[in-house]
Amino acid sequence: MSALTLTLKQRPDQRVDMSPLVCQKLADLELIDIAGITLQNGKRKIRVDELFGITGSDTQNIVIKDSFNKLDFIGKELDGGRITVEGDVGAYLGLGMKSGEIQVSGDVGLYAACEMKKGRLIINGNAGDFLGAALPGNKMGMKGGTILVKGNVGERAGDHMRRGNILIEGNAGDYCGSRMTAGTIAVMGQTGRYLGFAMRRGTLLLWSQPQASARFNDCGTHTLAFLPILFASFKKLDSKFANSSAAFNRVQRYAGDMSEMGRGEVLVKIG
Amino acid sequence: MIINGVTIDATFAEAFPMKATRAIITAQNEKWAMISAQAMTGFATSVIACGCEAGIERVLDPSETPDGRPGVSIMIFAMGGKGLAKQLETRAGQCVLTSPTSALFAGIDGGTRIALGKNLRYFGDGFQVAKLIDGKRYWRIPVMDGEFLTEATTGQVEAIGGGNFLVLAESQPQALAACEAAIEEMRKIPNVIMPFPGGVVRSGSKVGSKYAALGASTNDAFCPTLKGMTKTDLSSEIESVMEIVIDGLSKEDINKVMRVGIQAVCDLGAANGIKRISAGNYGGKLGPFHFHLQEIMA
Repeated sequence: MSALTLTLKQRPDQRVDMSPLVCQKLADLELIDIAGITLQNGKRKIRVDELFGITGSDTQNIVIKDSFNKLDFIGKELDGGRITVEGDVGAYLGLGMKSGEIQVSGDVGLYAACEMKKGRLIINGNAGDFLGAALPGNKMGMKGGTILVKGNVGERAGDHMRRGNILIEGNAGDYCGSRMTAGTIAVMGQTGRYLGFAMRRGTLLLWSQPQASARFNDCGTHTLAFLPILFASFKKLDSKFANSSAAFNRVQRYAGDMSEMGRGEVLVKIG
Repeated sequence: MIINGVTIDATFAEAFPMKATRAIITAQNEKWAMISAQAMTGFATSVIACGCEAGIERVLDPSETPDGRPGVSIMIFAMGGKGLAKQLETRAGQCVLTSPTSALFAGIDGGTRIALGKNLRYFGDGFQVAKLIDGKRYWRIPVMDGEFLTEATTGQVEAIGGGNFLVLAESQPQALAACEAAIEEMRKIPNVIMPFPGGVVRSGSKVGSKYAALGASTNDAFCPTLKGMTKTDLSSEIESVMEIVIDGLSKEDINKVMRVGIQAVCDLGAANGIKRISAGNYGGKLGPFHFHLQEIMA
């Protein structure tokens, strides 16, 4: 059975809410039913077959082709199955996703994987602000699962993050790990200003020395036993994080944010 | 049945259901992993007075351990789940947490989950850190040599305790040599422990005693010095009897290890003073698992 493939016919001027097109909602539908689903497009509704050419029938393996940055809410609350996106996507990718996997070949917009609960999200391009964060006004961001970004991420990655892993091969913008409650964010590239601002607990694992902050206290150099186990868990990813050469267990440990409860940590690779 | 001049008695070892768990101790090197494992499995020869039976299952290569360091696999057996959990936690806290460079991991993924480091985390006094990696929760507890890393839980499974056989020999050195040979082979078998000192027990017991306070007492039928004053099970040439007790995860595991052990004893044979192999049973009253020696060696 071939993947249910949705190929964008033309780029609409207004944004599109793609949330009805998730695996679990399409599970028992025929192609004709899927074609008739209406999507919110700006202030009007548009049929799926008006927007996309539809081929294939495996609703648990959805491919979206020629995607662009106005397709929002792709994989919202995805609960099993797989969505592959060829191109860029808009905001709220994988919002509250519960399980399954989403892969995007291009860039993604704001609030990707925000309030994600479980599963895996792989972004081959860059991600916008508030990756894995909480929705505005909410207090709990990502609660589980793994996000891998091969490019750079915007500001406030992991804001209010509660659990799970965010792996960033590129750079992270300002306020990375702000207001984190727990979880792990690993950044291979550079980090911006106000790293771990108001973080309570959790781990920021860095390959490069961050900008000095008075809110974090130096706890010295250490060999930490959990790091080899953490790196071993990345082995199954198609990522630089899976390379044996990427793994290390010697770190400089900084504790903070001391203006908050100060149980968070920034671990910076040594040597 | 006679093997290499050794008579295999037409009897059976009687075993009973237990609960078991396994933990993996790692350290900077094998020496310190072993020190910690020996401490954790110390004073755990018999549930009669130790609260549990514990032993070292085997040494693990760094490639087999979760953190890639040298390790030792230990197993603990107890009569009930509550007792097992208490023994595991107490021993982990006093013998592994305290041991330099150690880390502690689950040795059984399935089964009922029981606390391994879940409650030891409070030793961290609020500075402990949880990490959920690949669905497993770990605790990082700050200690004076760095961090003690422990998995939160391990698995508890149904198991069998009390598999055994007796080695009857013409002299004490010959009985011990035979048991040493057996233990060396039996330690190569997974999923079992021989909890007594060096794997061998010289004071096998019977159920009950003339003293009301005691639930078990010396197995006088197999005590060579009592041959003339009790209903003995020993012939005149037997001067020493030693027992090997086995706890294992399944009937198959115990069958296998008993066969390997008895074979090693029989390989020494009558020429080395080994006369008989027997087993401890209580007429079927103690437990539902019966390991018939002649069937095992058939």
